[in-house]
Amino acid sequence: MDEISTALSSRFIVTSVSSDAHMWNLVFLQLLLEERGAEVVNLGACVPDDAILAECRRQRPDVLVVSTVNGHGHLDGLRLIEQIRRDPELAELRVVIGGKLGIRGAENARFGSELVAAGFDAAFEAEAGMAEFESFLGGLEKGPSRELAMAGQEGAA
Amino acid sequence: MNALQSSTAPASGRFSRYVRRSREEGRLVVQPRMGFADTATMRRGLEAVRGVHAASVGTVTVDSYTRVNDHVSARRALDRGDDLNGYPVVAHGEEETRRLLGGVSGDDFPVQFRHGSALPRELFGTLARVGADATEGGPVSYCLPYSRVPLPQATEAWAECCRILADRPEPMHLESFGGCMLGQLCPPSLLIALSVLEGMFFRENGMRSISVSYAQQTDPQQDLEALAALRRLAAQWLGDDVDWHVVLYTYMGVFPRTSVGAYRMLEDSVRLAVRSGTERLIVKTAVEAYRIPTIEENVDALEFAAAVEAEERSRPPAAEAVRQTGIYEEALRLITSALAFGDDVGSALVGAFAHGHLDVPYCLHQDNANRSRAAIDPRGTLRWSDPGAMPVAASYHQGTAKVTARSLIDMLGYNERRFDREELVGAAVKGML
Ligand code: B12
Repeated sequence: MDEISTALSSRFIVTSVSSDAHMWNLVFLQLLLEERGAEVVNLGACVPDDAILAECRRQRPDVLVVSTVNGHGHLDGLRLIEQIRRDPELAELRVVIGGKLGIRGAENARFGSELVAAGFDAAFEAEAGMAEFESFLGGLEKGPSRELAMAGQEGAA
Repeated sequence: MNALQSSTAPASGRFSRYVRRSREEGRLVVQPRMGFADTATMRRGLEAVRGVHAASVGTVTVDSYTRVNDHVSARRALDRGDDLNGYPVVAHGEEETRRLLGGVSGDDFPVQFRHGSALPRELFGTLARVGADATEGGPVSYCLPYSRVPLPQATEAWAECCRILADRPEPMHLESFGGCMLGQLCPPSLLIALSVLEGMFFRENGMRSISVSYAQQTDPQQDLEALAALRRLAAQWLGDDVDWHVVLYTYMGVFPRTSVGAYRMLEDSVRLAVRSGTERLIVKTAVEAYRIPTIEENVDALEFAAAVEAEERSRPPAAEAVRQTGIYEEALRLITSALAFGDDVGSALVGAFAHGHLDVPYCLHQDNANRSRAAIDPRGTLRWSDPGAMPVAASYHQGTAKVTARSLIDMLGYNERRFDREELVGAAVKGML
């Protein structure tokens, strides 16, 4: 977790998914992003899809960061991203997900590609995903568009 | 050491009778946190736990959809064969859950359902009807860390839900989860106060068979003092008509990653349980840091715990007196100040949280002030660095240093480092030889 030199000027929404109550991951991500200069709204735990969509429409964040560790992320995350991408106002929103995405330990990795195929811009599995997340954040500074950030992400992965 | 404070009321219900009998035989009751989505696996798990060489009770841990009353998603996952993180009681339904328990739960093997639901009406209705022996939670401990349900609404629901359990012909046992609160970085006095207050709330709503809880933290001496304080306060505040015992949770925060480290953490909790006269222990497994444990991993943890228990009991009792740093007094102050906020325990809890007189560090729930902060001092003791508006004093001053992402991870990883370090260093040294 080395400090990144570039400051983030982006606005983030950090959220859990509907069935996940874990909070320390959310507290941690909020601190991490704020220390980089980002503005963060933390929606907390067990957030219903509707509430996440409504907040995104209202606040228009640069990035929605979804964090979940209870093992339902591959189900809740999938349902959530399908709704986001169906919404004309949010179809272009940059959305990433991370944490423990399934209950299969090391085998959770496969859920990441499913989630990206369904519309997430990136998926980060557990602690190992932190380094990739750092390069994702680095990529954000280079350009505001979703395409550019994704290109940066591909370069890192 | 003072004589242990214990309940004087007769044990009522299968769960409590089993715990009482074990205590009289000088055995610690051990219990897993086990939960699988399908009935066949869950059933095999219960049978395996019944068969361990220990005084064991069974656990059915409920999945997260059921916890937030999203039974539709639970049902869909079952139909599609998707993975769930526990047993969806309501989606499976009464008949299926009765089949799960039939012939395995009994006088010698009571079964508890562990859930995490702020609004458990539907769940409790099912549990009462299928013959579950016990469950757990509480108006605060299953609301603030587990939901975004407003605290007044959860409190009202829990009052009603206690009645469901209490009104059953064979009354159910109810455990407060107040001794956990986010699993880590919550100092002992608040855990104790919340557990006792929830116990009082249960009693106020008709329950007579109750356990109060405490989760292992970062300092064994502090934990020993905390468990003594919890016993003393339970004896004072729960009343003579309540049959109660204490349950200890093996550490509920970020767990050691190595298998040896995880077992050493578990070992410490067993020794703590024996030394403190605790009746029941809920264990963690070697894979806690990574994923939900298998049946075998649960069985290994339970048998290991029973072996450590036997070894600990064979040792001469500690000559050292339990440290007295004021945990009892602090918890008592939190209890009495909270009770001043209402005419009954339920409204007192709601009022105390609304005024920040009870305040769980780092908890993001909208009805928690989230002003208090805790920190681990250089000796490993968990302390208040900022008590917010609670009537307790800060006991550890970190200066003006703000909590950062890094320092938070460091505090959360305290036990992980403590128990893994030797293992990892040892491996490195071996690698050099
Ligand atoms: C504390 C804890 C709890 C507390 C949480 C309190 C709260 N409200 O916050 C309590 C006791 C309430 C709890 C409850 C449950 N828990 Co829990 N819990 C833990 C525990 C012990 C520590 C988690 C923690 O604090 N981590 C600290 C934070 C900072 O780290 P983190 O969450 O791991 O996140 C890191 C990475 O994953 C990553 N990350 C996370 N999100 C994101 C997002 C992005 C974008 C990126 C880049 C990275 C990233 O960054 C973080 C820092 O490295 C873990 C096991 C462990 N790790 O030791 C289990 C664990 C996460 N829990 C688990 C489960 C299943 C549950 C329950 C369902 C009960 C059960 N069946 O056991 C309930 C959940 C209820 C619900 N509705 O969701 C499982 C999940 C299993 C899985 N995924 O395979 C675990 C792994 C335990 C286990 N082995 O079974 N839990």
